[in-house]
Amino acid sequence: MEEWFSQKRRIFIIDFQFVETAIFDSYFIHQGGIFLSLLHLAIFLPFIMAVFVPFLYKGFRKIHTGWFVLIVPALLFGYFLHFIPTVRENEIIKRTIHWIPSLKIDFTAYLDGLSLLFALLITGIGTLVVFYSIFYLSKKREQLHNFYVYLLIFMGAMLGVVLSDNLISLYTFWEFTSLSSFLLIGYWYQRDGSRYGAQKSMLITVFGGLSMLGGIFLLYNMAGTFSIRELITHKELIMASPLFIPSMLLILLGAFTKSAQFPFYIWLPDAMEAPTPVSAYLHSATMVKAGIYLVARMSPVYAESPVWLWIIGSFGIFTMFWASFNAIKQTDLKGILAFSTVSQLGLIMSLLGVGAAALHYKDMDENIFIVATAAAVFHLINHATFKGALFMVAGIIDHETGTRDIRKLGGLMGLMPITFTIALIGSFSMAGLPPFNGFLSKEMFFTGMVRVTEMDLFSLDTWGLLFPIIAWVGSIFTFLYSIMLFFRTFTGKLQMDKLERKPHEAPAGMLAPPIILAALMIIFGFFPNILTYNIIEPAVGAILPELLEPGEHFVGHISFWHGPGIELFMTIGVIALGVVLYLTLSKWGKIYSWFPDKLTFNHLYDQIIKWLESGAKSITKGYMTGFIRSYLVYIFLFFIVISGVTLITKDAFKIDVSNIAPIGVYEVVLALIIVIGSATILLAKSRLTSIIALGAVGYTVSLFFVIFRAPDLALTQLVIETVSVALFLLAFYHLPPLNKHEKGIGFKLGNALISIGVGVIVTLVAISAHSNKLFDSIAKYYIENTHDKAGGENMVNVILVDFRGFDTMFEICVLGIAALGIFGMIRLRLTNEGGKTNEKK
Amino acid sequence: MKKNDVILQTVTNVVVFMIFLFSLQVFFSGHYHPGGGFIGGLMTSGAIVLLLLAYDIKTVSKIIPIDYKLLIGIGLFFAVATGAGSLLFNVPFLTHAFSHFDLPILGETSLHTAVLFDTGVYLVVIGVTMTIIQTIGEGE
Repeated sequence: MEEWFSQKRRIFIIDFQFVETAIFDSYFIHQGGIFLSLLHLAIFLPFIMAVFVPFLYKGFRKIHTGWFVLIVPALLFGYFLHFIPTVRENEIIKRTIHWIPSLKIDFTAYLDGLSLLFALLITGIGTLVVFYSIFYLSKKREQLHNFYVYLLIFMGAMLGVVLSDNLISLYTFWEFTSLSSFLLIGYWYQRDGSRYGAQKSMLITVFGGLSMLGGIFLLYNMAGTFSIRELITHKELIMASPLFIPSMLLILLGAFTKSAQFPFYIWLPDAMEAPTPVSAYLHSATMVKAGIYLVARMSPVYAESPVWLWIIGSFGIFTMFWASFNAIKQTDLKGILAFSTVSQLGLIMSLLGVGAAALHYKDMDENIFIVATAAAVFHLINHATFKGALFMVAGIIDHETGTRDIRKLGGLMGLMPITFTIALIGSFSMAGLPPFNGFLSKEMFFTGMVRVTEMDLFSLDTWGLLFPIIAWVGSIFTFLYSIMLFFRTFTGKLQMDKLERKPHEAPAGMLAPPIILAALMIIFGFFPNILTYNIIEPAVGAILPELLEPGEHFVGHISFWHGPGIELFMTIGVIALGVVLYLTLSKWGKIYSWFPDKLTFNHLYDQIIKWLESGAKSITKGYMTGFIRSYLVYIFLFFIVISGVTLITKDAFKIDVSNIAPIGVYEVVLALIIVIGSATILLAKSRLTSIIALGAVGYTVSLFFVIFRAPDLALTQLVIETVSVALFLLAFYHLPPLNKHEKGIGFKLGNALISIGVGVIVTLVAISAHSNKLFDSIAKYYIENTHDKAGGENMVNVILVDFRGFDTMFEICVLGIAALGIFGMIRLRLTNEGGKTNEKK
Repeated sequence: MKKNDVILQTVTNVVVFMIFLFSLQVFFSGHYHPGGGFIGGLMTSGAIVLLLLAYDIKTVSKIIPIDYKLLIGIGLFFAVATGAGSLLFNVPFLTHAFSHFDLPILGETSLHTAVLFDTGVYLVVIGVTMTIIQTIGEGE
């Protein structure tokens, strides 16, 4: 049998390799160094189609838009299928479009076992979901163009995530998935719940996405490349860097938020407000697995670190337990499925973490730890099948009965026999019962977890025992909610009075996709090796590239699935305990009410949002007082602190008296007058006194100009001072009589200290500046050239109109603007009278 | 209500011209002695303000029928055009030229394009000052 298979395979390979080279080395656009390969087109196809969807919707109102959309994933699925033989031989397809070459950002499409697995999931489940949605969404009531545009964007983005080699393009598509998921969750935007769920998932996944971007930049910092391939070749460099752990944590933050790991899982149950096809597609089969993909993809870079194994392993296994434990108390079908998804994702995550241990036993003849990674990949596929089917079943039940509340449901077995069968297969597969595929991956999961105890590194030999125990307990709860989901819905009494409409079997179109998935569950259950050779091995090879030489296989891990072992007894234990717990649920079910709502992460999230809002509000209210006085205090304090600190720390203060001119009597007298004038301004009781004192100061300044030989300045100062005092008097004269308090300014210690501080600082800076003359003045040039080059004698004026006339030009502009501004303010009084704006003279 | 301002008005009639002439003197001698467009413009406006004080706004605007806002524009045009004119001679913006000429009445005189620029300043300053004062005066 074994031999036959390998022979058969070889024949296939030869055939396909020939075809491969014929087709795929021919780029069909080749222009100016831009290569657009078929693989790139495959990624862009959904985006391109998304452009045309609204036109198709408007143009063909009678045909359900979904039919047009269906072509895209079906086509892509076929296209990706034919890569299987190539990838099976660990060959890699790589095509590059240069995007921003100067920043080393390219759009490199890269297809290996892992990418292919995800691409097949995305397009395969995508096809089924689109087909299902054609019958699920009403042509008349729903805005189908929106739905399919979002869905196609999501599909393309997801393909981009799994096929990108460059981390920046991966991140770009990653955020596209967040965005399109946000749009899809909020599809029924009239509902509060939809908007809440969409916002929550957006905040959490974008938080993770941005963290991931930080991690990507750290990686670039370490290795100088964004390409994952090249990062793996620079692994030694990265591992030696101090940024290794931070970058790992940031990237894991991205993966954990996207894949709804503990404690970030809270967005997923709220995302169930989306239409059911969306839940089936995004929140069970594809988007939530983007985090898994990222972890698997980055494994070759990080997995040798013990931190990696511990974080992913422990968070995964705890998520698995916690979510399955919490799934029991849900009453909504989709709620149970949401928690179940979280739990299963945790399972896969923990297997990926534990699988990293395989790297430390490279020399062993038979590396028994690879089984964990293989189990992760296998379960990934299985989960996509049964969770997709179960979501579709939930959708059918919702559609046919009008409710998803399991307390209202029951006894649907006779009425909906096909749905019942699908649900049976799906939930038993999820519970891990033979002969379905879930059983196999559950067995492998137990194998992987049990083997953790055999590892003798990273102190796993002591703490490792926790892994199988938690896994086992988690599996009991998984079994419990699976059969609860099934029996509560389909057996028992039919409660017709609680249902909105009379239930009957769903239309064939709605049943077809889950039937296909159920068939796959059985096929994979009986013939797991179809997957082993074609999909799982190449994927494991991509996750653990060091262990697998090109062309080498580790066939046979899944084929010996039967035979009594500790795993089998664990499964029997799960079933036995699960059944007992199910029968006694009404007795111990009370423990769920022990957890007060206040201790949940949902409550925490809501509180954080509330705290952030009210905190930001109170901070803003605290310092944005609305008083210009306060802002001036901030500005001056800032000035004092910055200048003062600089003066002290830079040791900048310096006094140099060698360059000081002798002080004359006039100057002393004038300075005294200015001091007296300034003091009068401050201390005067009447404003009139202050204005006149200000005038006195101004005229004294012009006298200073006279003494310091600046006749132009003195003239101007005199006239301008006169004008401004006149304007002050004008303002004084028109003060409103009510508030005309004739009393001096009050004394405030803070204001006094700040003003003294500003004065002292400015004085110190001025003295230092004067003492630190580093260069000669350029005034000499003007003195020498005023007559010869500018034909004038008055140097000030020559500078103003000739040497530096440009400044003057704009200063007269300023004057003009001021005049027009005053004219505008006084003449144009737009008052708001009776809701109308009138121009008042 | 109105008092007889005969003395003020008579004195004003004489003094205004003195101030105006002085301001012109200050303006034109700007390149060689203290003064220039700015202070000249301020003094010319001072003369007009004196008229305003002695008479009233309506009378003054009848005597000097000028829209001062327009004056700002003309002044700015002078300043910018002087600068832009230099571009015609393939020299940088605002490059001035001067030379000595033998004019019929004034004899040998130096003419300088900076005067045109200063004229711009002069007109703008008059325009600005008078616009402000007139607007505020009419405001209430």
